[in-house]
Amino acid sequence: MAENSNALPPASKWAPALLLAWLIPGGGHFLLKRPGRGALLLACVASMFLLGLMMRGALFSPQTGDILTTVIYVGGFIANIMSGILYLLSNWLGYNQVDMAGHVHDYGTKFLVAAGLLNILAMVDAFEIATGRKD
Amino acid sequence: MPKMNLSHFEASMLFALFTSIVLGVITKRTDRERIRYAAYCFGCFVAAVFALSWLMYLGHG
Repeated sequence: MAENSNALPPASKWAPALLLAWLIPGGGHFLLKRPGRGALLLACVASMFLLGLMMRGALFSPQTGDILTTVIYVGGFIANIMSGILYLLSNWLGYNQVDMAGHVHDYGTKFLVAAGLLNILAMVDAFEIATGRKD
Repeated sequence: MPKMNLSHFEASMLFALFTSIVLGVITKRTDRERIRYAAYCFGCFVAAVFALSWLMYLGHG
């Protein structure tokens, strides 16, 4: 019987890279010996997150209600969390910006969310490298 | 932490720059392809910014 080439390798092979990629943007790539790509990912995600903080963007906390509120607040919270240590440090150091009107604050909030979304892409890339689907 | 005030244009360009680099890094297989794709994505973002800006300007009359 032919071996299924799409079968997922054991978690021990990819889970550490995936976890590190979440915790430290680009960390999965460093672990997998792709330091150049890891450094670029770290620089981009961290810069975007820091710019979001400097523009006083708001970090989401999960709220439910009507469908739009749930999608925005729960989705925003998940995207914020995906920034890993950047989000955790911001919380631990007491960053607490209320959602305010104004285009700069609004851009800041979007930058914070986008940093998490970019890190999800980096995590997927690290996963594919760790499982041998990509160089 | 210092507070930063960016214009719409500056913020959108920074967003385009970082997003393009990440898209280039994760989607292609060689460095040459990555640079080309990142530049292509950045160009698309900039084109979209200018196109939508003109659309909104003309739409407002």
